[in-house]
Amino acid sequence: MLGKTLKQLSESLSKKEFSSAELTQFYLDRINRYDGEICAYNYINEKVIEQAKAVDEKRAKGETLPVYAGIPMALKDLIIQKDMPATCSSKILEGFVPPFQGTAAQLLEDAGFLCLGKLSMDEFAMGSSNETAFRKKTRNPWDTTKVPGGSSGGSAASVAAGLTTFALGSDTGGSIRQPASLCGITGMKPTYGRVSRFGLIAFASSLDQIGPMTSNISDNAAVLSVIGKYDKKDSTSLNIAQDDYSKYLTGDVKGMKIGVPKEYFAEGIAADVRECVNNAIKAYEGMGCEIIEISMPHTEYAVATYYIIATAEASSNLGRYDGIRFGYRADADNLKDMFYESRSQGFGDEVKRRIMLGTYVLSAGYYDAYYIKAQKVRTLIKQDFVNAFEKVDAIICPTSPTTAFKAGEKMSDPLQMYLSDINTISLNLYGGCGLSMPCGFGADGMPVGVQLLGKYFDEGRLYNLAYAFEQQAKLPTMPEKLK
Amino acid sequence: MRKKVIISFLIKTIEVCKVSQTVSKQDVLHIATLARLKFDDEQAERFTNDLNNILGYIDKLNELNTDNIEPTSHALDVYTVTRPDRAEASLSNEDAIRNAPQSENGMFRVPKVIE
Repeated sequence: MLGKTLKQLSESLSKKEFSSAELTQFYLDRINRYDGEICAYNYINEKVIEQAKAVDEKRAKGETLPVYAGIPMALKDLIIQKDMPATCSSKILEGFVPPFQGTAAQLLEDAGFLCLGKLSMDEFAMGSSNETAFRKKTRNPWDTTKVPGGSSGGSAASVAAGLTTFALGSDTGGSIRQPASLCGITGMKPTYGRVSRFGLIAFASSLDQIGPMTSNISDNAAVLSVIGKYDKKDSTSLNIAQDDYSKYLTGDVKGMKIGVPKEYFAEGIAADVRECVNNAIKAYEGMGCEIIEISMPHTEYAVATYYIIATAEASSNLGRYDGIRFGYRADADNLKDMFYESRSQGFGDEVKRRIMLGTYVLSAGYYDAYYIKAQKVRTLIKQDFVNAFEKVDAIICPTSPTTAFKAGEKMSDPLQMYLSDINTISLNLYGGCGLSMPCGFGADGMPVGVQLLGKYFDEGRLYNLAYAFEQQAKLPTMPEKLK
Repeated sequence: MRKKVIISFLIKTIEVCKVSQTVSKQDVLHIATLARLKFDDEQAERFTNDLNNILGYIDKLNELNTDNIEPTSHALDVYTVTRPDRAEASLSNEDAIRNAPQSENGMFRVPKVIE
């Protein structure tokens, strides 16, 4: 059952080659066997087997079923699935069981998917290594002494280890693409507004976006075709037609103009990463693409800009965790102390650091110097993309400056950790789409990811390019020992 | 009381600006109050150090002249979305308080506010 695309699984289920209960049990068994070491799951849905059996019964009766009926998948633990815990890997949300359904989860359910469970992440999606998680600090399936990346580390690791068919993640500054790169899978951050954020627990609302994390391009296109839908419950969701992205998987990319921004190949990029990405560029050249060197001069300011805007938005969004309506409440004699104690005991250090930075840049006397300044630089960064897309159809660059690093290596230096997102952050500030896919292995045998960046609502073109490369490169997407 | 706090903060702000753009431990404790967070001495030291490192890095934005640049608050041009002011189905009272750490008679219960 491993290695089949969603389309193939759907066909096998309709032909009754195996049942949904068998397929679901297969994944539960793998979780039992491997997740002790990988630590990807925060929560396993105890009812999933029952739900799978119910689908099998309907199928046996000959009922018409949705196309992906009975296929299990999993969600990052900040995506709301009604009646299933949603903790954001934070102590402050332990025990929270959402009483409402999120839109992405609902669309997956409507398409027939079953939810295996919720996947670990950096606390409130703040981190690049999954090490800020309160409980499950997920490890990289290719080498469990290394991090899976973050913040969607549990999502990436579960896909790479075959502990789910696919997962949803979320990306605020690279949180889908960087872990996808470090775990050797494919992750798409769709255009801001493509996927509804209703039921996505907020980190930085002007940057957050849900996206699919899969073991191949065809699955990724299939999942985005399901969840990429206008939703009136999210006022930033864009009212454009749903697309069937599978139609872009033609293998023909002749004549496509691909930009290579020199700033994304700066000195911090490791030699082995550079080599793998350069090979991918050559492959595209061989397929008839035109490779054009471009410049995006404000790239070096992206991390600084991001850490003002994202923390400012986060400090405001995380104001809701006050111990009154949901989540953790500390014992206290009066209301004021209850706020202080609940928040101080409930949030981890990285979350506190970002709330503090965000509160500072928004506070009286600093607002103009930091927050407005960052919003102005955001305009310049956006303009870099607009200018680039006048010359090229898509941009290619490394996703992460290095392959997966050792657990513990960067935890003592927050700034170093922030800089590991240097190649992913600009795209969120611009708001376009970006995909990371495997393009080889580094000197340490760990996966290397290449990133394709596209203009607003140009996901189809990225899938077109990614599929052509995948068909030619034929890279393994799962460590041999886990097969 | 409130005025006093604001004035003392403004004075502090001016002092900080005079010396440098970086934050002192006292500033960190003040920001913590704004954010309803509490730090002990060791944590306050650590956060002062971390924030100064990050703010030092962020200072590189001042290399750019942004005098005539419009700020961007939202990636795409989406304008305020409205809908008719009609009540729609929403959470039941039972569902809304289901996650409350403490509730009573369909309401959230909190510690005493006024002595």
